[in-house]
Amino acid sequence: MTGGRKLLGHAALLLPPFGWLTVFYLGSLFALLLSAFWQVDSMSGEILHEWTLDNFRILVTDSTYRVIAERTIGIAVLVTITDIILAWPLAYVIARKVGPRMKLVLLVLVALPLWSSMLARIYSWRLILGHDGVLNWFLRTAGLPEQSFAFTNVALWIVFTYLWLPFMLMPLVSALERIPASLPDAAGDMGATPFQTFRTVIFPLAIPGMAAGSVFTFAVTLGEYVTPMLVGGAGSEFIGNVVYSNVGVSGNIPFAAAYSMILLVVVAAYMLLARQFGAFDGA
Amino acid sequence: MRNVALWGAASAVLAFLLLPLLIVLVFAFDASSVQVWPIHSFSLKWFYATWADEEVRSALLVSLEVAGLATLFASVLGTLAAVGMNGLSSRAVQIGSFFLTLPIALPGVLTGIAMNSFFTALEIPFTMMTLVIAHTTFCTVVIYSNVMARLRRLPRSLLEAAQDMGATPFRGFVSVTLPLLSGAIVSGMLLAFALSFDEVIVSTFTSGSETTLPLWIFGAIRLGQHMPEVNVVVFAVVAVTILPIIIGQKLAASASRE
Repeated sequence: MTGGRKLLGHAALLLPPFGWLTVFYLGSLFALLLSAFWQVDSMSGEILHEWTLDNFRILVTDSTYRVIAERTIGIAVLVTITDIILAWPLAYVIARKVGPRMKLVLLVLVALPLWSSMLARIYSWRLILGHDGVLNWFLRTAGLPEQSFAFTNVALWIVFTYLWLPFMLMPLVSALERIPASLPDAAGDMGATPFQTFRTVIFPLAIPGMAAGSVFTFAVTLGEYVTPMLVGGAGSEFIGNVVYSNVGVSGNIPFAAAYSMILLVVVAAYMLLARQFGAFDGA
Repeated sequence: MRNVALWGAASAVLAFLLLPLLIVLVFAFDASSVQVWPIHSFSLKWFYATWADEEVRSALLVSLEVAGLATLFASVLGTLAAVGMNGLSSRAVQIGSFFLTLPIALPGVLTGIAMNSFFTALEIPFTMMTLVIAHTTFCTVVIYSNVMARLRRLPRSLLEAAQDMGATPFRGFVSVTLPLLSGAIVSGMLLAFALSFDEVIVSTFTSGSETTLPLWIFGAIRLGQHMPEVNVVVFAVVAVTILPIIIGQKLAASASRE
């Protein structure tokens, strides 16, 4: 087969998938970009195809939207940090402390919540954090004061941390698995204490794994509106909620499009940052 | 001592991951119509009531249709992408994978609003078709990465042998490559189906008046209505998504051992 025909074969195979992607996805992103510069006729509710920067002007001048953006990004950062901390002990045990059989069992157990329904997992926390929920029953039984986390930003923090923890665990496990046992052994032979070995050998080598996990935990939290709606309270609106209500209720797609651009910019910036820490080197 | 602390912390985190899932499954058998822990009496009555609910049944049907069609289209597109990219330079593969991953890597709200703007701008009405298009777009990458992983492990000599025996590239693909990829395609399809079956964020923006099962759950929880039925539907959704995952993982694992 000649090189030309071979290339033609590749092109023929790639045309349908990339044609689809170009039309429906890149086309959509392009439409999003255009919509952000349009506006809605306040009388008819029709979208006016006239260029305007009004949407962006409102976003910059109205402090409500800045507060919501700060909350969204702040909670996404908090959730990412919490997930890093929670992921460490379990990831370390899975990667370096158990045999291959036990490792498989633990990996399946970790993947189970990851693949089961997101709504079901959010809903489970309504059953746990509710006034008559599992947590308060537990606290009553233990003789501790009852809590009312339901519909607060604390609930949001707990639920997000829970939802995306497997996304942090998986890449951290594979990063830890890749560290050859000889390295910490050598550090020990040289007289390093276990803590020194951890700090100077294991932790630095696990940074790409944490960076990869953080791309997921950060980006998915950032783009959420379901969790804030179901477990959040009055002051829990996310960027996604503004986008959602502008599409559903008030029908102002151009404004929603402009606001969602913040997500695109922040996620892109975060991915570039994570790449510096080797987030995409493992794949 | 250090080990005790490590294992203790690891077990606590594992419990944090699994207990909520267990709790939500148990509530499906709660006979009461209000959600109070501990559960006083168990019953299957809400299973019957939920199955009899027309709204739930039609939402289930929509979900099955959308997930089925999206999985089918995605399996064709994803397989073509993987086979087409196999053998290209690693730079080209990297760029191609990046584009395929975008719809799933970018926040769901962004994908949702983008597709909503697209269909609105082209004045395409929101129907089941727009749902299928949206779901196909983010499911394709699941099939692609599964097939790509399998292709990387396939020895090139197999296909070359077929060609040496005089098979056309098409014939070689159909009778040699495709059968070898079938396990990866099927396990990818199970993952894609589960992904689509559970999708709520992109669906909200592309569904119009169609209600999928996740959209029904979302609406019911938000309004605090039909809560006993929500428990049962949630139980069913978890069961329906977990089973294909376990089968899919098993298939993928056995394929990689071959």
